Amino acid sequence: MFDISPTEWTAILLSLRVAAVATLVATPLGIALAWLLARRDFWGKSVVDALVHLPLVLPPVVTGYLLLLTFGRRGLVGGFLADHFGIVFAFRWTGAALACGIMSFPLLVRPIRLSIEAVDRRLEQAAGTLGAPPWRVFLTITLPLALPGVLAGMVLGFAKAIGEFGATITFVSNIPGETQTISSAIYSLIQTPDGDTAALRLVVVSIVIAMAALVASEWFARRATKRLHGN
Amino acid sequence: MLRVDVTKNLGEFAVEVSFASEGRVTGLFGASGAGKTSLVNMIAGLLPPDRGVIAIDGDVLDDTADGVHIPPHRRRIGYVFQDARLFPHLDIRQNLDYGRRMNRLAEDPALWARVTDLLDIGGLLDRRPGKLSGGERQRVALGRALLAQPRLLLLDEPLGSLDEDRKVEILPYLVRLRDEANVPMVYVSHDSGEMRQLATQVVMLRRGRVIAFGGVEVLPLAAASSAG
Repeated sequence: MFDISPTEWTAILLSLRVAAVATLVATPLGIALAWLLARRDFWGKSVVDALVHLPLVLPPVVTGYLLLLTFGRRGLVGGFLADHFGIVFAFRWTGAALACGIMSFPLLVRPIRLSIEAVDRRLEQAAGTLGAPPWRVFLTITLPLALPGVLAGMVLGFAKAIGEFGATITFVSNIPGETQTISSAIYSLIQTPDGDTAALRLVVVSIVIAMAALVASEWFARRATKRLHGN
Repeated sequence: MLRVDVTKNLGEFAVEVSFASEGRVTGLFGASGAGKTSLVNMIAGLLPPDRGVIAIDGDVLDDTADGVHIPPHRRRIGYVFQDARLFPHLDIRQNLDYGRRMNRLAEDPALWARVTDLLDIGGLLDRRPGKLSGGERQRVALGRALLAQPRLLLLDEPLGSLDEDRKVEILPYLVRLRDEANVPMVYVSHDSGEMRQLATQVVMLRRGRVIAFGGVEVLPLAAASSAG
């Protein structure tokens, strides 16, 4: 039962790589956006807020199709990137990372935004009077104090990215070794007559990864909170 | 010399204040709601005035007519808040060193020693703010502001959140600060006893206006201290 086959390993490692890349690329963007939403008022803020949350409520297949239209080889952005930079998303693992990054973005941004909102602005003012320009206030006060939320957002985003299915399979299909993640591998296996055992193995693997992610986030959050409250 | 000539609409009332003070310690005296904190926030640059001029020794920090508003981090004005506002994720040593790092000043062991001695905080350096008493926290906040080497130090009711015993504990440090630190100060309080001990010049405020200006003799007698 627990002999994981090379194809399954490929799917597991690909999922981990896709989710890790998606999370690492999305995190700086997520922090910047969370800060804007938490600390700045600007024209169109509610539209930006809605756009960030859109992947959460749209049918994943719609997001995937929109990605295909935009980032496909003949899409507006996809064509431009392919012609000028040689970056191709369609039917590549990078496309899976893009799909996962977008689908998990709302879950990544939300805890970061909440934790930035929770940082006492009076501490930021105090830092300003001590000579810190706004960007150093952010790096030395706001970000360290919001760290538990950043880690929580990253773990949540990673877990979501690992499990993403609808948008990924719509955008980059289900190609073993290139775009077949754990989810799409399970999907294929349960449609094959004798795939049940293999599917079950991958189910166990995804449960283990999800549990590990949750435990890790809890551990990070506890450590960070302890550090922050001056004890 | 600190020159302030500003108006600011605060909704319920407007601050309309004009004074120029040469004193080592300029006291802003008045009941709560007199506009003292708003005025101090304007001097610090945290609150832009609607109209007017703020200048230190001829260096203009705010001039609405010319569109000048120097942001807080470029004013070199220290600020000790009523709640100490120490950074909870940094230990005391890092809190004290924060202003020097942000202003990119060279390390100055002599100044460090002088300030930590003056405030008796040398023994607290490795602790976290969460482990300090209210009085200790306020002393560290004073030290943190001083070590940024400000040209003016604003103290907004620094004893306000402390009980009587703690006030008696901190007051002598403030007197030493006035006499030894060589930084002009603006001291905000509604307590005429504190004012009498610390201030060299007093600006008395009521509902956003200056109602008296002069030496400590303009203060009401101690019996009426909290009437403002």
